[in-house]
Amino acid sequence: MSSYDLIVLGSGPGGYVAAIRGAQLGLKVAIVERENLGGICLNWGCIPTKALLRSSEIFHYMNHASDYGLKAEAISADIAAIVKRSRGVASKLNQGVTHLMKKNKITVHTGQGKLLGGGKLSVVNDGKTEELSAKHIIIATGARARDLPKAKADGKRIWTYRHAMTPTELPTKLLVIGSGAIGIEFASFYNDLGVKVTVVEMMDRILPVEDADVSTFMAKALTKQGFDLRISANIQKIEATDAAVTAEIKAKDGTVTTEEFSHVIVAIGIVPNVENIGLEDTGVEPDKRYHIKVDEYCRTNVDGIWAIGDVTAPPWLAHKASHEGVLAAEAIAQALGNTEVHPHPIDAKNIPGCTYCHPQVASVGLTEAKAKEAGHEVKVGNFPFVGNGKAIALGEAEGFIKTVFDAKTGELLGAHMVGAEVTELIQGYTIGKQAELVETDYIQTVFPHPTLSEMMHESVLSAYSRAVHF
Amino acid sequence: MAIEIKMPALSPTMEEGTLAKWLVKEGDSVASGDLLAEIETDKATMEFEAVDEGVIGQILVAEGTEKVKVGTVIATIIAEGEEAGSSPATPEKAAAEPTAKAEEQNKEEAKDAPAEAQVAPAAKAQAAAPTPSVTHGDARLKVSPLARRLAANDGIDLSAVQGSGPGGRIVKADLTGAPKGGAPASVAAAPKAAAPVAVPAPAAKAASASPTDYPTPHEQVKLSGMRKTIARRLTESKQTVPHIYLTVDVRLDALLKLRGELNDALSSRGIKVSVNDLLIKALGIALVQVPECNVQYQGDTMLKFSRADISVAVSIPGGLITPIVTEADTKSVAAISAEMKDLAERAKAGKLQPSEYQGGTASLSNMGMMGITQFDAVINPPQAMILAVSAGEKRPWVFPGDTLGVATAMYVTGSFDHRAIDGADGARLMSVFKGLVEKPLGLIA
Repeated sequence: MSSYDLIVLGSGPGGYVAAIRGAQLGLKVAIVERENLGGICLNWGCIPTKALLRSSEIFHYMNHASDYGLKAEAISADIAAIVKRSRGVASKLNQGVTHLMKKNKITVHTGQGKLLGGGKLSVVNDGKTEELSAKHIIIATGARARDLPKAKADGKRIWTYRHAMTPTELPTKLLVIGSGAIGIEFASFYNDLGVKVTVVEMMDRILPVEDADVSTFMAKALTKQGFDLRISANIQKIEATDAAVTAEIKAKDGTVTTEEFSHVIVAIGIVPNVENIGLEDTGVEPDKRYHIKVDEYCRTNVDGIWAIGDVTAPPWLAHKASHEGVLAAEAIAQALGNTEVHPHPIDAKNIPGCTYCHPQVASVGLTEAKAKEAGHEVKVGNFPFVGNGKAIALGEAEGFIKTVFDAKTGELLGAHMVGAEVTELIQGYTIGKQAELVETDYIQTVFPHPTLSEMMHESVLSAYSRAVHF
Repeated sequence: MAIEIKMPALSPTMEEGTLAKWLVKEGDSVASGDLLAEIETDKATMEFEAVDEGVIGQILVAEGTEKVKVGTVIATIIAEGEEAGSSPATPEKAAAEPTAKAEEQNKEEAKDAPAEAQVAPAAKAQAAAPTPSVTHGDARLKVSPLARRLAANDGIDLSAVQGSGPGGRIVKADLTGAPKGGAPASVAAAPKAAAPVAVPAPAAKAASASPTDYPTPHEQVKLSGMRKTIARRLTESKQTVPHIYLTVDVRLDALLKLRGELNDALSSRGIKVSVNDLLIKALGIALVQVPECNVQYQGDTMLKFSRADISVAVSIPGGLITPIVTEADTKSVAAISAEMKDLAERAKAGKLQPSEYQGGTASLSNMGMMGITQFDAVINPPQAMILAVSAGEKRPWVFPGDTLGVATAMYVTGSFDHRAIDGADGARLMSVFKGLVEKPLGLIA
């Protein structure tokens, strides 16, 4: 039986990062993966979808070539080639993780891992069982798409994200259920490729976790692009045949319509992968929604068992999982006697979120409404892309940057952005939040010209009634 | 609309002070320039003048309140006939006023137990709990900009807060629950509970942490601001400045003779020059003649002064202060004498302005009048040297030609910051000083 200081169950962006950090700290580490190193993020999530969206983005630009004084004729999208590129990107990164495991001397055990209690774990592969033991185990098994109870995704007419990123043909008429990040990204991808897209959202606005101004702006922008958005709407009934899907949609005003689609993407959230990993044998408690309960250091209620990423509480984001991986590995190293490491718990309000639709959405911290709810007296800044030279030069004058400050303390409570490249910009505010900068720090920072980042400066200035270019 | 009177910063480094005495009361009319209060800083008591005119509406900080943060609203001025109660500043009253005696006590304990302040926060400590913070190893307080502002807004004493951020940085989360208005009692309690998981505090520290348990009958006296400053600065000096001590034996006969003649000549002008005045002048000249010793060490750089400002240690009730004779190298002995007399008088009355005791390029401490034969003085940072002058006494002396006689002589010891000053340079300074005292006409030329 091989024994380790640390075994990580699951090799997604949480698990493999935890393993590497553990190895860096001198621990003897193994990782257990039933499928592909890199998990969903690399193989079926963040990365391959970004590859797809890049294709649709370029296609979008080609269709608007004349805006830039260029001519592009007889443009068409080859879905098979687009998917092939996306799979190529995923495969390249998967090999990258394999290399990182080797470089950090992390033993990879392929197979279905199961906790046996008492620091033991079994790995089943091709009917063969191997038993391992470790002083500490991190559960990083992630999550999967939540199914509609009425219609399970089968990959033919009803898709999850996983099917949606490897289509063999383009849908002709697509229904997307759910307008969170995943739903909107796929809707945006297919819409850019010319597919007629309908989005159904139960809540009274799309991207419901974002600031209300973001939702309003995006609803307008997407409608202009041809999206059919149905908010405060419900799927009453859904039926798939070999040829099509029929959905009964109850609209905001209560009227029910029956509509036919070629395909449906179900993007109504995730469920954690807590089954068949032996949790019941260890005493680890899941919460009501079956996410594993952990404290601020990712410790479960059982000594020596830790959990990170999507299998725990939200936000369910790859970078949150990675950061928790580092945190847990450091806390484990400390528990094993390393006095050099100083693990610091993560403040969820400092975790940014990004949606790679078109225009992009990015945010960190509290929305204006949440900030007020929490009792803050706020100062709100807002700066539109039309006031920024670089945005106009890029032909991307659509969007805005909103900042929410505490009026008394100057703390940046939240930042909310829509527009080109905002997913690359948000980290500026995130660093500021982590370092607990106040408005004067942002105001006194010199932002390079000409860049989109100047709007970040202007938005802060605007919160203090000092915006220069608007 | 009331005008808020805020605790003034009476020197560039002042962060808090004691509101020693109100010179006005509620309802008094004041005009710009009227004295409002006496504010005691760590070094001196200063008068605080009104800038605005009106009627004192409310006095929000009672006299005798210690550790009033700069910027705290201490009173309001209202227009004639205006209602005082409408003041927006009222809520600050509670925050600024001293709380129960017990809290004060805890506050002092927190200050007095630096070893205990270095332990990890206890709140989250379990048996094998991860510990997020590192200790405040260095003297600089690491504070996030937001935490700094919150502390300023709420009057939280950051020095008593344990940082949990990267590198022990104090972050917003560390301030939740910290007592406002500068009474960090519960913060002090938390580290105590966590003591077992940290480096054990030395036994002596444990005793000082609970002085009331000390078995010998005693009275427990609170430290004055000045005593705290002296303690902090001398500890800093002895812990961070490598001292080198150079002692010379100096004959005083010629100087005493010169002093007699000078005082005869100056008596009509009412001037009486002391030995100390002459020694101040001698040190001033010596420092300019040996500029290698008229310096200040600053880490990557060094300041080389072009004139000598001598801080002179003056013993005052409850401590010591060092008023400065500026340009001691060029001032006449008579001028130094007059200036020193004025500075010493005002120092004893606690009426020195900060500019009169902050600065100086070197110090002089004279314990001759107390009969001390020889002593080594502690450098007064950021200065790089101090001269310790002992008593002049008649001693057997070997004169040139190996004849034995009686001379009046004294031991003088220079303490030098060895980071900035080499032994040989220090020795040159001592030699020049000795020469000036033994052939004192150079002091009046």
